[in-house]
Amino acid sequence: MKIHKYDTVIVGAGGAGMRAAIEATKRSRTAVLTKLYPTRSHTGAAQGGMAAALANVEEDNWEWHTFDTVKGGDYLVDQDAAEILAKEAIDAVLDLEKMGLPFNRTPDGTIDQRRFGGHTRSHGEAPVRRACYAADRTGHMILQTLYQNCVKEGVEFFNEFYVLDQLIVEEDGVRKSAGVVAYELATGEIHVFQAKSVVYASGGTGKFFKVTSNAHTLTGDGQAACYRRGLPLEDMEFFQFHPTGIWRMGILLTEGARGEGGILRNKDGERFMEKYAPVMKDLASRDVVSRSIYTEIREGRGCGPEGDHVFLDLTHLPPEQLDAKLPDITEFARTYLGIEPYTDPIPIQPTAHYAMGGIPTNVKGEVLADNTTVVPGLYAAGEVACVSVHGANRLGTNSLLDINVFGKRAGIAAAEYSATADYVELPENPAELVASQVERLRESTGPERVADIRKELQETMDANVMVFRTEQTIKSAVEKIAELRDRYLRVSIQDKGKRFNTDLLEAIELGNLLDLAEVMAVSALARKESRGGHYREDFPNRDDVNFMRHTMAYREVTGEGPSAKDSVRLDYKPVVTTRYQPMERKY
Amino acid sequence: MATPVMDKAQATATADYITATFRIRRFNPEESDAVIWEDFQITIDPKERVLDALHKIKWDTDGTLTFRRSCAHGICGSDAMRINGRNRLACKTLIKDINPDKPITVEPIKGLTVLKDLVVDMEPFFQAFRDVMPFLVTEGNEPTRERLQSAEDRERFDDTTKCILCAACTSSCPVFWNDGQYFGPAAIVNAHRFIFDSRDEAGEQRLEILNDKDGVWRCRTTFNCTDACPRGIEVTKAIQEVKRALITRRF
Ligand SMILES: Cc1cc2nc3c(=O)[nH]c(=O)nc-3n(C[C@H](O)[C@H](O)[C@H](O)COP(=O)(O)OP(=O)(O)OC[C@H]3O[C@@H](n4cnc5c(N)ncnc54)[C@H](O)[C@@H]3O)c2cc1C
Ligand code: FES
Repeated sequence: MKIHKYDTVIVGAGGAGMRAAIEATKRSRTAVLTKLYPTRSHTGAAQGGMAAALANVEEDNWEWHTFDTVKGGDYLVDQDAAEILAKEAIDAVLDLEKMGLPFNRTPDGTIDQRRFGGHTRSHGEAPVRRACYAADRTGHMILQTLYQNCVKEGVEFFNEFYVLDQLIVEEDGVRKSAGVVAYELATGEIHVFQAKSVVYASGGTGKFFKVTSNAHTLTGDGQAACYRRGLPLEDMEFFQFHPTGIWRMGILLTEGARGEGGILRNKDGERFMEKYAPVMKDLASRDVVSRSIYTEIREGRGCGPEGDHVFLDLTHLPPEQLDAKLPDITEFARTYLGIEPYTDPIPIQPTAHYAMGGIPTNVKGEVLADNTTVVPGLYAAGEVACVSVHGANRLGTNSLLDINVFGKRAGIAAAEYSATADYVELPENPAELVASQVERLRESTGPERVADIRKELQETMDANVMVFRTEQTIKSAVEKIAELRDRYLRVSIQDKGKRFNTDLLEAIELGNLLDLAEVMAVSALARKESRGGHYREDFPNRDDVNFMRHTMAYREVTGEGPSAKDSVRLDYKPVVTTRYQPMERKY
Repeated sequence: MATPVMDKAQATATADYITATFRIRRFNPEESDAVIWEDFQITIDPKERVLDALHKIKWDTDGTLTFRRSCAHGICGSDAMRINGRNRLACKTLIKDINPDKPITVEPIKGLTVLKDLVVDMEPFFQAFRDVMPFLVTEGNEPTRERLQSAEDRERFDDTTKCILCAACTSSCPVFWNDGQYFGPAAIVNAHRFIFDSRDEAGEQRLEILNDKDGVWRCRTTFNCTDACPRGIEVTKAIQEVKRALITRRF
């Protein structure tokens, strides 16, 4: 075991982590721990754009953007946070441009903007051009630009270090962050990083679904590490299903495709979104479009022999426009489906895409231990966190924005805290939990296999807690997850070595997914209403009287030693409402 | 509006499984210094990716098989490897396209130290990238709004912005295999991205770095890199443009 000491430690080197690192490195001695090389992070997969009311191509302002964000999130958004997001969006985009990001340009040479779902003029009157973009590789350009600037600033990275535990120590009755414990992939060595402040920026958790746009490595490690140490997770029942994933594979085809004029069609060639969202049509918010697709499929208007998908039709768009604005996604269709998007429509289905919930923070990025108390020295930003600017449903292009605005805020706040705070003393045996977990898996001879349990988990999640949910389906997911968690205790791995043991890490990641799946299902079961991404067929309406509140899920342990049992305890937190009272949500 | 044609989509629906042999180069210094080739026979839909096949082997047969991967759709650059003797991304290569009637060989990319199975040491590769000042350098006061750039000026360096740093190009270059000091195509591509960006003001400095004995002049224009690039970047052309800029000092 090695012990390191830094002022500030950042967990994750995606957009949020690197944006934080650029700020923190200027202000404090900072280390970035990341399980992937920075440029491998899934921010690089983002395609469509980053929202900001620059008003470069038509009238726009941050207040409209705030409204759209609140409405898009079905009023579960904390409105103070949404206002910050929309106001600071403009500088966030300009910062990136100054760092070198090659945005597409207007004829005047300013940053070009395009339409995206749910972003409107004058509170819903018509779509507005708000998404700043670089073809359909905006995330790639953000990730590269931030990495380039990390190189420029001399940010210190620990690549292929997996953070597996968050150290929390109680001092004078206050729970504080003392540092993190990481596992080094190359050597199998365990490292303790003592730090005055820690920023989680470890991304999403989509891999508990089968059909997903998320990378294999998005396994919710940060959420799980904090949850296991008694910190709450907020709004985990809210997961976004993006309407247009490549059929069966889940690879994303950006909403920008519809922003450029693409149309969804059922097997009769009908533009069915006209029925469900007369004004915004194909550009209604994602939860609305995903439900509409499944309604078409259920009512027998799906395409293909099994009627299990619909089409994204780009054939009426000029090939030059596809080449210039959507080069990557048209190539995905050619590579993975053998389809030519100039002439043939692309089969799509909704794909599990984005975790609205996560580690609760306030607008400074400080992590909450309950509804109001902050954990000194602990911060989170990006998809791992829940501020909450996305509420029950995130608008497209608001996440690339979120990681930049709140990544920057968290990086500054953490470094400023490091400048004044003292180190918290490490616990007696800081690496104990990780060491025993690693040892148990290496030595286990149990009959269960990681791949089987993961597959069954993904299947139950897809079948039971996807776009449509009922008490019955969620209950069967809860039961199945409990069975899988029990079987997980008897899982064994084949690679017993220390060097690059990805077999071991996949097992650990599966443990994280199982814990988070349980939190998600239990939170979903208790929310007896439909709001944004959480749709209960048995409670199809939004219920502001009983459920206009955030879910806060805590891990509760009863008993001790081997007979200890853990379960999820739910509590609730009020929503911050400033300007906008809940209204019916129509597109 | 006519009903969209559905034939092609339907064609992709049916899965005709085949049996394919993957011949994989194995190396684990923790166990032995020997390199061995191991054959795995699997039943798989040929429309799946080589990455799916590797997962199938790892998950169903041999958990010790080690490789890097993340996004699974050609965007993150984790899984460049030599497949049937050519550098490709495992997640962007469909089995049907690489003649599964014969054993499919999979080995690590060349010119970088192998650490275990298909995993190589990427540090020298990233060091070369960092050495070319891969970031925008500007002088004077920052403007309040964005810097202006015409669509044509933006287009000038578009091709080289696509790089995902997978190392497929660099590790396909015979010069790089023989001389680990050569910057390699990927670093030059990333220098190009800034040299030809109208906003940047450090072109001269970057050119001086590449004028070094281990810089662009080592390139022998074999085009391996262009063939290997999974993003379709015209790598050799970019290197030529940098060479020309060094002679004319115009860019
Ligand atoms: C295909 C796709 C397209 C998208 N398109 C858009 C779009 O157009 N606009 C938009 O606004 N949003 C989009 N999104 C959403 C957005 O891209 C993501 O939500 C956002 O990029 C997440 O950034 P992040 O920094 O929080 O996490 P990530 O970029 O996922 O980074 C996570 C980081 O954490 C590290 N990490 C994880 N676990 C550990 C651990 N245990 N220890 C150490 N390090 C760890 C990883 O190495 C990685 O560096 C898209 C998402 C997808 C999947
Ligand atoms: S896994 Fe990301 S490029 Fe292949």
